[in-house]
Amino acid sequence: MKGSQVSDWRPTAPIENLIFRAASLKSIRDFFAARDVLEVETPLLCRHSVTDPYIQSISASLHINGKENKYFLQTSPEYAMKRLLAAGSGSIFQICKAFRQDEIGRLHNPEFTMLEWYRPGFDHHALMDEVDALLQAILQTQAADKFTYAELFQQYLGINPHTATLGNLFECLAANNIELSSELLPALGQPYLQSDDLAPASERSQHDFYLQLLLSHCIEPKLAIERPCFIYDFPASQAALSRIQPGNPPLAARFEVYYQGIELANGFHELADANEQRKRFERNCLRRQQMNVDEMTIDENLLAALAAGIPDCSGVALGLDRLIMLASKSTHLSPVISFDLSNA
Amino acid sequence: MSIYGLNEIRSGMKLIIDGDPCVVVENEFFKPGKGQSVNRLRYRNLKTGRVIERTYKSNDSIEGADVVEVDAQYLYSDGNEWNFMATESFEQYAVHEAEVADAKIWLKEQGECKLTLWNGNPILVTPPNFVQLTITQTDPGVKGDTAGSGGKPATLETGAVVRVPLFVQEGETVKVDTRNGEYVSRVKE
Repeated sequence: MKGSQVSDWRPTAPIENLIFRAASLKSIRDFFAARDVLEVETPLLCRHSVTDPYIQSISASLHINGKENKYFLQTSPEYAMKRLLAAGSGSIFQICKAFRQDEIGRLHNPEFTMLEWYRPGFDHHALMDEVDALLQAILQTQAADKFTYAELFQQYLGINPHTATLGNLFECLAANNIELSSELLPALGQPYLQSDDLAPASERSQHDFYLQLLLSHCIEPKLAIERPCFIYDFPASQAALSRIQPGNPPLAARFEVYYQGIELANGFHELADANEQRKRFERNCLRRQQMNVDEMTIDENLLAALAAGIPDCSGVALGLDRLIMLASKSTHLSPVISFDLSNA
Repeated sequence: MSIYGLNEIRSGMKLIIDGDPCVVVENEFFKPGKGQSVNRLRYRNLKTGRVIERTYKSNDSIEGADVVEVDAQYLYSDGNEWNFMATESFEQYAVHEAEVADAKIWLKEQGECKLTLWNGNPILVTPPNFVQLTITQTDPGVKGDTAGSGGKPATLETGAVVRVPLFVQEGETVKVDTRNGEYVSRVKE
């Protein structure tokens, strides 16, 4: 590549990869047609976006009747699809673009393709089986392994993620030679540190952060090398929009699936309780304030749909670019995306 | 000096980390399913030569280092210091053992090299990929052997010892790859 400032007009993906991509899309559509799952399209430009404190949405100014309105490019079609579910759509799937601010890397393009689908009547285990079937079809892999979050940490790091203290987590990081910048190492003995150890299960953000580092730096690279691997039953504090199963410890009905060390999808047995959902959104907003991040208003239409009643269902969001990257044996997203950020 | 956000840092950039000038080897972005993103930086400390991996918050930032590479010529050494002159500025630099390090066995008077300067001070000397040096000592070897096994050791005018084919003789000039210390070919005067 020449070191030129002007980008190349050529696509970042070779044409044969685009042909492969089209064939994969057809296989995916056939997969869902055989299962009577309806294909839908929902808006990418909406008045609201997610309140998740760690996701930044890209906004656009939409002129309506001469006035400027701030709209958001969707980070996932979830909210609109849940409104469809509440309206009686039945099982639905969507292949669409999603957009995220500040996510750029070998496996991240700010504009990417999502495959998202919802299954009334499925719990997260049934949906894992369906995701497994899809991966076998598209990646030609064998049936996936499945581990709970606790089993995974026990097996790879010898710790119980639900009961480990922050001190235990730091020791584990050090034992695995993970070096952190000073910003990521809070001074030991600080009150914040101690209170987080005692915080109720739903608010342990510091624990979750270090657990996440251990997962991404120490476990993920070794995970699912030969066949896909599901991780399920996450700590309740990492539930996002999934149901929480009461117990000791309470667990989130959430799963992720990996292949060759790469996270492909995130699924939930969806939370249907509008009040609980509102509480989680409010906690997100508070966290956004604490982190000094842009304020996001709550999507009342989603909450109204939940209150009107969505069927008991599970849903999953899968990174389609990554799936196709793996299926085509590429190591980066760019060879499977027609024009990535570098020359879009 | 400029400050760079973790999301703008690319391989090849020079940064100050823990007070030392470093060059970035790789910057990997991690974004967990629902959590704070981090960047794992792999970088080489230009003073110690060590390669280190460290994880940063994605919205963190690191100071850029004023590090430049200049073409220079080796002048002479008194055993303690090695003296160089930058080809463009004619500025002279005295460099110590630690900075000359592996380069010193490839330096002959007027020889070209690159100097890495941090805030104007030399921190590293890099010889060119190939140098041509005369053999000052080597055994005669077996006449007529053109593709011998293993070859024989030869001492070069700079003191470097390189394995050369058996047919190469004392007084001849040879081309050597400084990156791996291997003989490449003879040089006809």
